[in-house]
Amino acid sequence: MEASTIMADAAVRPQAATGAFTAGARAAAPIAIAVVAFGASFGILARDAGMGVLPPILMSVTTFAGSAQFAVASVLGSGGALAAAIVAAVLLNLRYLAIGISVAPALRGSPARRLLEAQMAIDESWAVSQRDGRVDRGRLLGAGAVLMVAWLGGTVAGVLGGSALGDPADYGLDAMFPALFLALLVGQLDGRRARVSALLGGVIALALTPVLPPGLPIVAAALGAVIALTVRHEPAVSGRGART
Amino acid sequence: MTVAWLAVIAVGVATVALKGAGTLVLAGRPLPARAAALMPLLAPCLLAALVVGQTVGDGRAVVVDARLAGVAAAAVALALRAPLLVVLGAAAGVAAAARALGAA
Repeated sequence: MEASTIMADAAVRPQAATGAFTAGARAAAPIAIAVVAFGASFGILARDAGMGVLPPILMSVTTFAGSAQFAVASVLGSGGALAAAIVAAVLLNLRYLAIGISVAPALRGSPARRLLEAQMAIDESWAVSQRDGRVDRGRLLGAGAVLMVAWLGGTVAGVLGGSALGDPADYGLDAMFPALFLALLVGQLDGRRARVSALLGGVIALALTPVLPPGLPIVAAALGAVIALTVRHEPAVSGRGART
Repeated sequence: MTVAWLAVIAVGVATVALKGAGTLVLAGRPLPARAAALMPLLAPCLLAALVVGQTVGDGRAVVVDARLAGVAAAAVALALRAPLLVVLGAAAGVAAAARALGAA
């Protein structure tokens, strides 16, 4: 039914996609420094936890999600059970079900290719890929590629050589992640629904942090978006909403 | 097979499945109208949750430490319309300074 649209889309896509890929890569570059440092500290922690050399490196490729990987390394390192490590990591990554659904409409091609491209969605690349309330595939892949190189490079450095840097927290690098999310959030607050959604998401996450195991508060926070749907829609009339 | 390999494989398979379930199940079909309306609201919601979790979350505890000072500095930089690099630099610099001065 939309053959003409699809073809027109395909005709303009290569150039547009390259531009978006570069834009995503550039947007992710500032946070890549912190990602390298945390990759290195994951590598060191994993090595000290007796995970060997190859498993942590492979984990940074396949899991590609910092909090879950740190959880596995610290549970195993403190002599915890395998099952406990796996459950903790899966709980931390449950949010990727929601993120994967929001990314889905942007992906195309064979199932194998879409499955592969969906792996580029981590918190930071997904956040950077938002455009006009949707995920932009080019930006997602560009940001994902930069962050993958940074995370993997950091992990290899940490596992093989240790870190000459010391603890990334000493340099305040751990504060860069919430700062990035805050900066991206500010650009998302057009309209009353979006503001209600953000407020509820923050409040739910805060309220449930002491109550639920790590990882679940952010999953529950997604309910804030569902509740915000019931708020009367107020079309944005300000110039900020204008498309470029 | 060592415990480390088992953990890496199990968590890897689970994560690949969680991230890929959306696109495999939807298979290029558009989202149902209700879900499609939800998607633009998911970004501000999860971003706010990530800000809160990574600023004051520590496992199962809410902790006020140097990260909060760093994020507050980032908020000031954002209010002043500073570029992203400056915002992130302010967060790291202030958090590092607060830590050096003895904040946890």
